Amino acid sequence: MSPFLFWIFALLTLIFGAAVVINRNPVASALSLVVSFLGLAALFMSLNAYFIGIIQVLVYAGAVMVLFLFIIMLLNLRAEEARRINWLATAGGVAVALILLGQIFSVISHLKFAQNPFPPLAGLTVDDVRNIGAVLFRNYNLPFQIVGVLVLVATVGVVLLSKREPR
Amino acid sequence: MTPESFLIITSLLKIVGILFIVILPMVSYAVYAERKVSAAIQDRLGPNRVGPAGLLQPIADMFKLLLKEDFTPRAANTFYYWLAPCLAVMPAIITIAVVPFGSTLFGVPMVIADVNVGILFVFAIASLGVYGIVIGGWASNSKYPFLGGIRSSAQMLSYELSLGLAVIPVFLLVGNLRLTSVVRYQIEHGWFIAPFIGDWTNPWKWLLTIPMIVSFIVFTIAIFAETNRLPFDLPEAEQELAGGYNTEYSSMKFSLYFLGEYAAMITGSAVIVTLFFGGWHLPGIPDGSHGWIFGLINIAVFFAKVAIIIFFFMWVRWTLPRFRYDQLMRLGWLFFFEIALVNIFVVAAIVPFIQ
Repeated sequence: MSPFLFWIFALLTLIFGAAVVINRNPVASALSLVVSFLGLAALFMSLNAYFIGIIQVLVYAGAVMVLFLFIIMLLNLRAEEARRINWLATAGGVAVALILLGQIFSVISHLKFAQNPFPPLAGLTVDDVRNIGAVLFRNYNLPFQIVGVLVLVATVGVVLLSKREPR
Repeated sequence: MTPESFLIITSLLKIVGILFIVILPMVSYAVYAERKVSAAIQDRLGPNRVGPAGLLQPIADMFKLLLKEDFTPRAANTFYYWLAPCLAVMPAIITIAVVPFGSTLFGVPMVIADVNVGILFVFAIASLGVYGIVIGGWASNSKYPFLGGIRSSAQMLSYELSLGLAVIPVFLLVGNLRLTSVVRYQIEHGWFIAPFIGDWTNPWKWLLTIPMIVSFIVFTIAIFAETNRLPFDLPEAEQELAGGYNTEYSSMKFSLYFLGEYAAMITGSAVIVTLFFGGWHLPGIPDGSHGWIFGLINIAVFFAKVAIIIFFFMWVRWTLPRFRYDQLMRLGWLFFFEIALVNIFVVAAIVPFIQ
């Protein structure tokens, strides 16, 4: 993968990720999150993980965020008022973020394969859809089915809760 | 020339060629064809003043739309108001990147990006198309466009399920998500909805045709809903919403929405042709490795098939009335979703006898 493209998409993901938090208008925040997801998907694809990348777009950008926007627009949320900044809370947040960053950095810097940035890829012939399917349905079939039942239970629960009682 | 620069140059040529020589003229002439077809169905003449048989009408329309006043309502959210029409056109045009529109021409495969997630790419990018309509409806800051945008997001999300489930039978047989593999499978085994091509003596293949036609019908109807075409054009129902999400738009921004709808129709038809009608394949015509003339014929065959499907789209539009909104949602969730689901099991039961 070309480092040039990596920097473009990494910057895109990070800038719009920050815009999600900074924007005061909820619609603008949601759309920034969509762009951030698209940048992340591009990063996955540039690592030849086409399946993960495209599922990122299909599920998060194409379905979940559309529902988010749908709800935000239906509730007709106004842009939030600019609040006074609580300096103590801000300092705490920055400290926690810095500690997490330091931990991630210390773990990654000790990994063997992290010494070689932009390593050569496995090649275009890898059929990642087939590989993921094989691993999911052969090695992890039972957990996969259990997750499916869990999601179904959650769906039925939501339908039941939002259903109006017949008079 | 290195392989990389060769790839980049041929890809650029393909992108420019397919976009400016085929898709964009096809979009503008699809509008003309729509007016002519509607005129023929309603026993009128249609546009016939500009040029021979009105053939220069799209160019006149373009100049008319460019010269109209470009009006932005004062209450609108200007940035998103300008962004939305672009978001409506882009996904439809990007989708064509993975569709194989020909065999080979001078040894270069006639598909812009042959990725191994082909059909998922189509769905993912098509699902982004809803943003153009939703944001347009919201940013106009007006009641009817807003209702149109909300309707469209609910409608497109609902029909994406049927869309995705309807194609699974195709990929159960092909065993690969690549769209070029779908075309190659159909060249070897016959088109998915026409079992008399290929080894027609296999009775299981004739049995397979029934779920394949069901799959094709569900997929086509879901494409109708995804492209907001009648009988599913609820987001822009004129009688209820005064035009829907594009009510507040004028001039070139309005026409971008218009072009986006037709571009989505063309890419939708291209996907239908690729999945069910053998792509660029026509029995008796060899592929592009036998000479460049056959490569060109393959491309022509593909776009001829696309034109036939587009004609079908227009025919339906001027024949059927519009659904009511609750009927539309019930149809999607309680009818097509289940049919597509059952269809997968039927095909899965037949597949072992085919191989």
